[in-house]
Amino acid sequence: MKKLSLAKLYDFFAAIAAKEALYLPVNNEVGKAEYKRWSEGVELSHQLNTLRSAKDFFFPQTENLMEFKMEGKKIDIIDTREACDDFVIFGVRACDAASFDILDRVYLVDPVDSYYKNRREHGTVITHACGKPAETCFCGTFGIDAADPKGDITVWDVEDGYVFRANTEKGEKLMAATADLFEDTDDKAVKAEQDKVREILAKMPLADLTTEGVGAGLTKEVFDRPEWASLSESCLGCGTCTFVCPTCQCYDIRDFDTGHGIQRFRCWDSCMYSDFTKMSAGQPRPTQLERFRQRFMHKLVYFPDNNDGVFGCVGCGRCLSRCPISMNIVKVMKTLAKGGNK
Amino acid sequence: MQEMMEKRALELLADGTVNRVLGWSVGEFPYDMTPAVFRSAEDLKDRFVYNDFCGANLSKYLIKESKGEGKILVFLKPCDTYSFNQLIAEHRIKRENVYVIGIECYGKADLEKLKAMGLSGITGIQMKNGEYVVETVYGNKTVKASDATAERCLSCKSKKHVVFDELIGEDGDVVEDCNRFDMVEKLEAMTPDERFAFWRGELSRCIRCNACRNVCPACSCEQCVFDNPNSGVAQKAAVNSFEENMFHIIRAFHVAGRCTDCGECSRVCPQHIPLHLLNRKFIKDMNEFYGEYQAGADPDARPPLGTYTKGDREPNEGGNK
Repeated sequence: MKKLSLAKLYDFFAAIAAKEALYLPVNNEVGKAEYKRWSEGVELSHQLNTLRSAKDFFFPQTENLMEFKMEGKKIDIIDTREACDDFVIFGVRACDAASFDILDRVYLVDPVDSYYKNRREHGTVITHACGKPAETCFCGTFGIDAADPKGDITVWDVEDGYVFRANTEKGEKLMAATADLFEDTDDKAVKAEQDKVREILAKMPLADLTTEGVGAGLTKEVFDRPEWASLSESCLGCGTCTFVCPTCQCYDIRDFDTGHGIQRFRCWDSCMYSDFTKMSAGQPRPTQLERFRQRFMHKLVYFPDNNDGVFGCVGCGRCLSRCPISMNIVKVMKTLAKGGNK
Repeated sequence: MQEMMEKRALELLADGTVNRVLGWSVGEFPYDMTPAVFRSAEDLKDRFVYNDFCGANLSKYLIKESKGEGKILVFLKPCDTYSFNQLIAEHRIKRENVYVIGIECYGKADLEKLKAMGLSGITGIQMKNGEYVVETVYGNKTVKASDATAERCLSCKSKKHVVFDELIGEDGDVVEDCNRFDMVEKLEAMTPDERFAFWRGELSRCIRCNACRNVCPACSCEQCVFDNPNSGVAQKAAVNSFEENMFHIIRAFHVAGRCTDCGECSRVCPQHIPLHLLNRKFIKDMNEFYGEYQAGADPDARPPLGTYTKGDREPNEGGNK
């Protein structure tokens, strides 16, 4: 483990930014944290997490896939893919770091999504262990340790600075390139910080949330639960939960007519929307009940079914904070756990 | 207040006046109440709640619920009654299927304001004597309730219930000096370039989640033009372009004269875009061009944009604001 003194944090940022783009959580004009590119004078946000997740770095909300140019009867297909420049994300929390593993399970399996892979290969993730979790946090339910996040490098706040640990080759390379800023240290301060945070997490209201009643192999039981009707009753059918979610991975592909050609793009889609997966035969999920059920079945049953039991939720709590009517995955899980499998 | 509401709901359920109750259901935390339909006394006793965090306007749910079997009881705050009335005027709610209990309101709390004070790990909020004792895993803190009042409530236009079958608590008055157009005036005083920059900046944060539209009681189309693939303008990509920003402006145009200024759009926006300012600009302009008008105040009133008079302002007389 290596230690960076408090005063040298911004030297570290400058050293990275001299070579590649560095993104970190910054307070925006309305006081909410969002990822922005670092340059001299930009300050790291001290908020627990960004309002939007970090998935944009690898799976942006909108991106062009290819272009078509038409001249008379001739159509040119233009491959717009370019190798992505190297970049670094600093300040990713344990939940969001775990969400990358979930997205990998979708986009890096055959057929590999070359757009996603390109960015994933060129991005280095520096995670930041949580110091002050919120009541909406429940990453522990999914086996994620907020005090020991994954990523290429993990950073902990300690009393008089920051302790860094490289976890991967990418991380070691980056630490080696900035080695003169660091000094050697042991893991004592980190252990103390971890103990403190784990103690706080144990007191959080959602500390005892379990995955009882959901998971792999329960498709029929969960799908047929009568509670979906009341759970979905007041859902507005907006896409807020989906769009702030670090693991929601569905997209739509559309063509944009530029007047002299076509730009084929993809954009995030939401299973909450009335035209989600709409086909020529119609809408397979005609009411909000089916759409609502789809979102939670996907995260809590279908995904673990297809991915060795791994759930499609990382417990970041964004949907808990942002849903206009305060309906969310925790309320769903608690309801399904009650009286399930009878 | 909660006790009185629950008691009355139980009575009306028991005597058969209504067969359902539309209210708020308890959450995981002291602040995350969900609108819910209660169908039995047990259900009401189990999870009915009402407190300063019950900000959601329940009127829009009645489009669907009033078409159900039997009568439904709904609790409406003064501002919600304007939305309800407007939906009556638009023939979207079956009035005879709804029993309205007006509930007094002195402003709702905004959790974001409490969080902005550094409060996290919230496990309880005790509300009394104009104060909130916020219990957190990091310690307790007492804050003045008025410091956590939602922005929209700070410029509340009316504490009067414009429609109800009965009231719990006092009925108030229209607030004449609510200052709700202050920010609109500031925007009007800007140069066009400054104003354009202001809105481009605000709207650049939009993630096109459609929460503003879906919560809006005035947005009650069966299918929105932006969701209709045959409309030619269906679009779900969030891109920071002028076309994209037009979504909000088109929406504001569409609800002009029908928006009651309930403020739900700004309450639900996950990106904290002050969308209500677009609506207020329209309201202010209509007041100035066609005379004072409050959507929802009187379901029989002729709306300014739906009425022709010889004295109507000509397009070329339009203000240069």
